[in-house]
Amino acid sequence: MSAIVTIDHLSYIYNEGMPDATTALDDVSFEIEEGQFIGVIGSTGCGKSTLIGHFNGINRPTRGRVLIGGQDIWANPKDIRRFRFMVGLVFQYPEYQLFEETVYKDIAFGPTNMGLNKDEIDRRVRRAAEFCGITQRVLDASPFELSGGQKRRVAIAGVLAMEPKILVLDEPAAGLDPAGRDMILGQIKLWHKETGTTTVLVSHSMEDIAKYADKVLVLNAGHIAMYDETAKIFARAPELLALGLSVPEVTKVFLRLREMGLDIPADVYTIPYAVKTVLAAKAAREGAVGC
Amino acid sequence: MDQMLRAQDVTFSYSHEQHKALDGLTAQVERGEFVAVLGANGCGKSTLAKHFNAILLPVSGMVYIEDIPTTDEDRLLEMRQKVGMVFQNPDNQIVATVVEEDVAFALENLGVPPAEIRTRIDEAMKMAGIYKHREKAPHKLSGGQKQRVAIAGVIAMRPDCLILDEATAMLDPIGREKVMRTVRSLNRDHGITVVHITHYMEEAAMADRVIVMSEGKIAMEGTPKEVFSRVEEVKALHLDVPQSAELCHALTEAGLPMPVDVIDVDECARALYKAITGKEAGECPQS
Repeated sequence: MSAIVTIDHLSYIYNEGMPDATTALDDVSFEIEEGQFIGVIGSTGCGKSTLIGHFNGINRPTRGRVLIGGQDIWANPKDIRRFRFMVGLVFQYPEYQLFEETVYKDIAFGPTNMGLNKDEIDRRVRRAAEFCGITQRVLDASPFELSGGQKRRVAIAGVLAMEPKILVLDEPAAGLDPAGRDMILGQIKLWHKETGTTTVLVSHSMEDIAKYADKVLVLNAGHIAMYDETAKIFARAPELLALGLSVPEVTKVFLRLREMGLDIPADVYTIPYAVKTVLAAKAAREGAVGC
Repeated sequence: MDQMLRAQDVTFSYSHEQHKALDGLTAQVERGEFVAVLGANGCGKSTLAKHFNAILLPVSGMVYIEDIPTTDEDRLLEMRQKVGMVFQNPDNQIVATVVEEDVAFALENLGVPPAEIRTRIDEAMKMAGIYKHREKAPHKLSGGQKQRVAIAGVIAMRPDCLILDEATAMLDPIGREKVMRTVRSLNRDHGITVVHITHYMEEAAMADRVIVMSEGKIAMEGTPKEVFSRVEEVKALHLDVPQSAELCHALTEAGLPMPVDVIDVDECARALYKAITGKEAGECPQS
């Protein structure tokens, strides 16, 4: 098993030594295996954004280490740029970060800075654009003529075009309508599958995490509360609720059924699985009753 | 009925565009009502919201706040005080360097006496769940906390009508729940009319009435039950239904008939209990 990301006793304190020092991360350790799709959840202010800012050296640990591909990214601070190209970070509301004259140039900005040749840049821009549903007409347009949803896709394409080994997305679907959300997250999942890119998705939407992540990291007040396979995390729904988090609505339905005295699994977190579970429960009941 | 807001045949285009953001739209909101507005990105929801407190004026047609036409410039302040608006991004709405000063900003401008300002902002900050942060600097708060500061600032003005333009979009589930609980209590206990624009179907399920917009027009309208029972139609408009409704719909398609008007967790659990155990209905399953 090769860990592509190793977080080793990481602590991060804002304004250390000042009267308003705030500990955002407190002795956090975990690993991400190469090729996994990780969901990160936690209530506002739990340290999610602070944590992912460490993945490519935007934040420097107050204590502890961050290893990418087994290498301490701060071993030689001059070398940090190399890791920034390995870890692609898509911030919240990335559409505010577009600045070039054309969409094409904007997507090409990252690969250009990587010092790639023209043909390779072109290949990457077109591949990323196609993945994000950006047409040739849009590539030639100014980013400022686009709708919010289109801009979002351009911003994500700009990070994909760098073809990072690790892709980190902070709420990529926030503010989009359900169809736009499904499109963006669906394409990210497809990118993950086709390229094997390790993907980290930060989201407040338990429904989205349930649908896309293999494994879920739950942060609470700067600590890791849980880190496990998705099904196992949502099976602990009452604990999640106690942490001030939510669970998918469909999970709440099954929790309620258990409260009503029905013997039914509680780790139901997607609609297809829920349908199966209900039909199985009904069949079992009929078998027993002999109806 | 006593009307709070009314849009009559409203058409609107942003200056350089041919595209009509609102296309002959007619809608009404009664006093004391809680209306949710849904629709895909770009359907005109926010444009409509901005017509409801005279930020935008119709190209043709009329918009009324109570009986005031929004074109009546002399009564602009009065209209803005009647209809308070909260936007999606709190960073664009915060002006002061201390939370409680930000919440008090509008009241100070309205010339409310200091003692009353104190009472009103304390109440507003408690309702929005940010009272304990009242002495902090807004830029040190998280996005969700900042949004609640913005909401407190509007609540403090005690408007007749509150318009939330995707105000919950940036909040975490608990933050959203707190805001929605606040909004519901403002509506039920204080009689404040609420127009809530959202992409969260479970929030819309809490409203008295749901308006679904598409291409500058009203595509669907009715109680949440009426709207969300039309699953295929809702999905064709690039929207979702609450997961409870979706589960019932999926079960019906899988051959287990479920009621069509289930929209929340409680109803869904009850319907499932009945479907699995066969109790209540007294029918023999699969017969």
